[in-house]
Amino acid sequence: MHRVVDREEVQRLMREGAQVVEVLPREEYAEEHLPGAINIPLKELDAKTASALRKDRPLVVYCHDFQ
Amino acid sequence: MSPRAAWRLESLGFTEVYEYSAGKADWGAFGLPLEGKGTKSVRIKDIARTDVPTCGLADKVGMARQRAAGWDTCIVVNQERVVLGRLFKEQLDGDPGANVGDVMRPGTSTFRPNVNVTEMLEYMDRRHHETSLVTTPDGRLVGLVLREDLERAATPRS
Repeated sequence: MHRVVDREEVQRLMREGAQVVEVLPREEYAEEHLPGAINIPLKELDAKTASALRKDRPLVVYCHDFQ
Repeated sequence: MSPRAAWRLESLGFTEVYEYSAGKADWGAFGLPLEGKGTKSVRIKDIARTDVPTCGLADKVGMARQRAAGWDTCIVVNQERVVLGRLFKEQLDGDPGANVGDVMRPGTSTFRPNVNVTEMLEYMDRRHHETSLVTTPDGRLVGLVLREDLERAATPRS
């Protein structure tokens, strides 16, 4: 089961090579996103779009805030 | 939205999924770097004076005045640099033997590092403020923004 993490833990995971995924719409991603994050909008998240991600590395997902 | 994404990814076979539920609002509010076309605008963290003088609750006003030489304010912080209040010129010019904690202004407004300089300037114009305090969401001092610095940063360079 996935775990909720805070900012410090995200920074640690990023240093260790985690993949970071923003699930907001493209326009919001284009405006601002975490360094190195890729964009897979939630509406498009399926087996095909997720195939761009590696299953052998940690994965951090985020959106704007607690929504 | 991110909980649904995390659950969905797990259903697709990803075994090490983390959810950063506070999201990029939290990231930006702590002044951490972001990428994207919106990041080209100047934020108040970029121009905040980080050398603003500070003092503690138990300090005497005379000591705060010495530290604040050349400034007309001194920020009252605890050992974690969490802002507790502020001394303005009126308090700094007062009884040097008074305790900072007894004379400070505790209810000073603070702003997050990722506020746009133009928005900050508009806010200060409405309230006739010359300076504003910048802190992280957990109250730690980042610095002080001055009107003159905001006006310079908000003016497009030719």
